[in-house]
Amino acid sequence: METTATVHQTKWWSGGKSPFNMEYGKLMMWYFLMSDAFTFGAFLISYGSIRFSQNFWPDPNVVFNAFPGAGHANLPLAFVSVMTFILIISSVTMVLAVHAGHNGDKKGVIKWLFWTIIGGLAFLGCQAWEWHHLITGELPVLVDGKIEMIGQTMRGNPWGRLADHNAALAALQNSSHETLVQLAHESGKSHAELAAMSNPQLLNEIKIDELHIREKGPVAFGGYFFGITGFHGFHVFSGVIINIIMLIMTQKDVFHRRGHYLMIEKAGLYWHFVDLVWVFVFLCFYLI
Amino acid sequence: MEHQASPEITFQHHTDDATFKKRVRKTTILLSIITVIELAIGLTIYTIHKGPDPSTLLVLMFKGMVCILTLAKAYYIVSVFMHLGDEIRNMIMTIVVPLLLFIWFIIAFIADGNSYKNLRNKYDKHFQETTMPADHKPAEKPADEKTGGKQ
Repeated sequence: METTATVHQTKWWSGGKSPFNMEYGKLMMWYFLMSDAFTFGAFLISYGSIRFSQNFWPDPNVVFNAFPGAGHANLPLAFVSVMTFILIISSVTMVLAVHAGHNGDKKGVIKWLFWTIIGGLAFLGCQAWEWHHLITGELPVLVDGKIEMIGQTMRGNPWGRLADHNAALAALQNSSHETLVQLAHESGKSHAELAAMSNPQLLNEIKIDELHIREKGPVAFGGYFFGITGFHGFHVFSGVIINIIMLIMTQKDVFHRRGHYLMIEKAGLYWHFVDLVWVFVFLCFYLI
Repeated sequence: MEHQASPEITFQHHTDDATFKKRVRKTTILLSIITVIELAIGLTIYTIHKGPDPSTLLVLMFKGMVCILTLAKAYYIVSVFMHLGDEIRNMIMTIVVPLLLFIWFIIAFIADGNSYKNLRNKYDKHFQETTMPADHKPAEKPADEKTGGKQ
């Protein structure tokens, strides 16, 4: 780098040379990504600020411990590590696509872009599963002296403090029939069978010591989780769309006729940025 | 390279296939290893939390380690995958220097949130009583006595 700088030093800004030795579009992509980094940074810092203002914050290992097809098994960090590796791998295939573009290798660009798109779609699929699991996975929560079944939404979440055992026992007596039926599902009896039972009968079916009844968690947790991972997911989605457009353009020989595949490089920058943001989302929501 | 967007630009950071492949493979392995270490630390924090006497300091140290590893990952993604490390120094500076704002940004807002919590705990006892995590031991003790009566 030193040598290039000295060689061009005299004529660097006198025209006929690109001061950053970079194409305009690519430079602007960099500045866009920098501004986007501030947007994500502001979101994550706001999340951190709210988190530091609370006495209690949900433990990520409690919240994110499910794996598709594993039922109620407690597998903290397992699914999110799959998602992380999917993004890392798709980032690698993008690097290979950009490199193939440098070589003017149309077939290589198509092949690697295709795998990048698959990686992006796989990540989005994982995220959809996770959101669905969090929203619909209802857990018993102690609310106003009653047990209610709630999932994680923008309005509330079941990840609060562990409820006082005696308070939870008392609350079970006041809870609705519907809630008790849901709580008794673990007993192995069919839904119809349970639904026909009376409340006291259901209370006998419920294994009270296996229930971890919590209070409602901080409302901000749901909002920040869905807001930030959603915003990131939207970036992944738009990245996939951009990559699909690049793939079609490559197939139609647009870049071949243009003489260069610089467009792939710009799409690649965006895609890597999406991976970069995930590294920080992963840190803030799942690890610490 | 003959194919250029403009004669003003000369692509010097185009390496030959072998060097490139080696570099990408090395970075991929590095990123994977860092991620695996991060996950291991995450699980360590989990076991510390589950343990009988969670040490706040130890958890904080592990969390600090994960943050540093994440920054290392970010560095490799940006400098190798995004090729920022191969650009002209002035160009790198126009990206990196504005990002230094984050140092103030993070410290200021985290400190603000923390100070808000402390003030609330001091002046709003209701907030403190309803949100402060209880020691989980006393809550689990009576559970054993109740088991016999219930089943």
